Amino acid sequence: MLETRGLTASYGQFKALFGIDMTVAAGECVAIIGANGAGKTTLLRSITGVLRNGPEMILHRGDPIGALSADRVMQRGIAMVPEGRRLFPSLSVEENLLIGGQVRRGSGHWSLDEIYRLFPILRERRHSPGTALSGGQQQMVAIGRALMSNPELLLCDEISLGLAPVVIRDIYAALPTIRASGAAVVLVEQDISRALSVADRVYCLMEGRVTLSARASEITREAIHAAYFGEAA
Amino acid sequence: MIWLDTVVQGVLLGGLYALFAAGLSLVFGIMRLVNLAHGDLIVASAFLILIVVETLGLNPFLAALVAAPALFALGWALQRFVLNRVLGKDILPPLLVTFGLSVALQNGMLELFSADSQRIAAGPLESASIDLGIVTVGTMPLLTFASAVLVIFLLNRLFYSTALGRAFRATSDDAVTASLMGINPKSVFAIATGLAMVIVTIAALYLGMRANFDPSVGPARLIYAFEAVIIGGLGSLWGTLIGGAIIGVAQTVGAQLNPEWQILAGHLAFLVVLILRPRGLFPRAVD
Amino acid sequence: MQVTVTTRTRSSSIAGYAAIALIVIGLALPAFASRSLIQDLFFILTMLTLAQLWNLIAGYGGMVSVGQQAFVGIGAYAMFAGVILWGMDPVPAILLGGVAGFLLAIPMAFFAFRLQGAYFAIGTWVIAEVTRLIIAQWKTLGGGTGTSLPREATSDIMGVEAIAQLFGLRDAAARDVLAYWLALLLAVGTMAAIYALLRSRTGLALAAVRDNDNAAQSVGVDARRVKWMVFLAAATMTGLVGALIYVQTARISPDAAFSVTTWTAYVIFIAVIGGIGRLEGPILGVLVFWGLQTAFSDYGSWYLLALGLIAIAVMLLAPRGLWGLIADRWGIALFPVQRRLILEGTRHG
Repeated sequence: MLETRGLTASYGQFKALFGIDMTVAAGECVAIIGANGAGKTTLLRSITGVLRNGPEMILHRGDPIGALSADRVMQRGIAMVPEGRRLFPSLSVEENLLIGGQVRRGSGHWSLDEIYRLFPILRERRHSPGTALSGGQQQMVAIGRALMSNPELLLCDEISLGLAPVVIRDIYAALPTIRASGAAVVLVEQDISRALSVADRVYCLMEGRVTLSARASEITREAIHAAYFGEAA
Repeated sequence: MIWLDTVVQGVLLGGLYALFAAGLSLVFGIMRLVNLAHGDLIVASAFLILIVVETLGLNPFLAALVAAPALFALGWALQRFVLNRVLGKDILPPLLVTFGLSVALQNGMLELFSADSQRIAAGPLESASIDLGIVTVGTMPLLTFASAVLVIFLLNRLFYSTALGRAFRATSDDAVTASLMGINPKSVFAIATGLAMVIVTIAALYLGMRANFDPSVGPARLIYAFEAVIIGGLGSLWGTLIGGAIIGVAQTVGAQLNPEWQILAGHLAFLVVLILRPRGLFPRAVD
Repeated sequence: MQVTVTTRTRSSSIAGYAAIALIVIGLALPAFASRSLIQDLFFILTMLTLAQLWNLIAGYGGMVSVGQQAFVGIGAYAMFAGVILWGMDPVPAILLGGVAGFLLAIPMAFFAFRLQGAYFAIGTWVIAEVTRLIIAQWKTLGGGTGTSLPREATSDIMGVEAIAQLFGLRDAAARDVLAYWLALLLAVGTMAAIYALLRSRTGLALAAVRDNDNAAQSVGVDARRVKWMVFLAAATMTGLVGALIYVQTARISPDAAFSVTTWTAYVIFIAVIGGIGRLEGPILGVLVFWGLQTAFSDYGSWYLLALGLIAIAVMLLAPRGLWGLIADRWGIALFPVQRRLILEGTRHG
């Protein structure tokens, strides 16, 4: 459904990605792991159109989308949970959720009620400003906001970053429901074991290149170590 | 009794200044852009209404209704094709572009309409007044003030209870994240500037009906609008109305003391507020 | 391997000698130039100085003022006050213009620095308006309609007689020569001072403040102090220029001396079209402006309309101005302030 072909990206003179080839099939869950600065966030920023690329570098259902702007990419059904949540401070929790489905409201499982069923605490806090919530609750809003458009593909950037383990567990507990709704999920994660526990397949990035691509069930600790640090353990 | 009358006239005059200010405030709130041509756009709109009144023989209010869509389109295009291209971290390019626009508009109007004073004829409404018991107020100033209240009420409704308003606030908070929600910030900006021009149309209608205007009066309207916005506190529309009223009262009181002091008194009131409350009277909590 | 930091480029060395030669020629020019050329050069030099000063605070300092007319006007009126009220000679009275610019800049900075970013611009405009309205109340200096320098003051300016004898000119022409020399002095002095400032530690601090106020503060740059300093210095110089211009004009009114079009719009146009944030910009800009002014100013408002549109077009298409285009194309910098690393060994290679 989504494919990148020789995807490159740079910030001015600094090159961040060197030819990434990656695929995501419909309904699949793919984890992208790698150390800080490996290019994971840059990869997501390229796919979502925040960074523009050559048109043919990214294909969605066979259409070149690499040069589309972020709003056009989103309207094709690719939703993003950005790093650091990035809730809108002047919007309430409910408004933050509503704005996620305001422009594109694909048909599917997700509605305000379904989001509140997935994360019941949000119903209680729905009139609070988004930024008045705890980190974990904010993350729930960010995920719910992305789901409101009933996306075909959900991109999650570091959803466990800065959260307590028990909160991370609660958020990951929602993943099976999300997958059951039919959305493919791409998880960018630092927490490798957490990512492996839910993903079908794994890509490991190092210094802007894919150093490992494997089925999550077949992957070994040694292979990850080698991909992470660039040499055999 | 004369002082009560002066204050009431000043508050009503403040309604006009709030109308000048609402468009400026809307645009600044959403895209942090200060349009230095705002005052000249008000004057240009007044000329457009005047043309419609004179060529189609319409009532000024109907003429404004005719002009509003055209001015919405003008604002939309101005944002889409010019201002969006210079918006960014550096505040200098948009300021200079709008300053250039201000100079160009003033002189374009001078060529088209000459430096003569004009007025939009409003018939018997011009001299009508209403006796409120303690004071007698002109119908026109009262209508202006009521329009300002209505415009600000509707703008607040738009901001806080519609999907478009939600998109305005989200884009103002964080344009990149808004684009991840499928919102195109550039078209949101274009709609906002179009909307600001609709408010400018209303402001222009009253500017033109209440007093004489000519191509050179724009910058002063910009300054009154700006003072009302700063006194009210950035981002607070009701604050802008109060800011307008403060400028208005200062002007009428100043004029009462000495006709030459009218404008000066308004500016001085602004400076006093700036000393006492640098963030305005009703600053927004989140900034 | 040795590493040195330099701002010098080859074109800058050539430009240095050329500048000295130009100054010498400029000083000697009244010996053979016509009176109208001297008057044109006076206009060019004073506008250049104003543009350099605006460029300093806006282009380098990020303080976009549209209230520069306040300093021109107050400087001019201070000079008039010195001559009319206290019987001073107009030339030393120019210094009063500098003092007045400085004194006005203190409240202006006090108010305008409270306004964030873009609102700073309108804030400076408001103060300029307030100053104009107050000055228009000053009846002894002509109130709203203005006044002229008294004949006895203009006929007896110090140095004029000497110049008249030296070049064999009439008094009026000799007055123009004197004004021209003073304008040359101010222009060269202003540009030398700005150049020295930009190459100093304060110049680096100014660049840091412009790029990011908070970040600059966090690495120990006292942003407020730097901004105040530059703003006050520019206001003082602008006051001097204003006073000098009105010594030559000899007639003043609040509307002319505080004209936003003449003293701010034109000045911004010069800086924008030449290139903001570089010393070369206003030099090129003022020449283009003078050319347009000479060729088209008879067209009145059409001319001003075109100037506004040109400024918009330049901001859209070449935001770094004409000089920016030249610098990109040929890599020339006459007044380099950029610090470049030079590795020993590659330098002579």
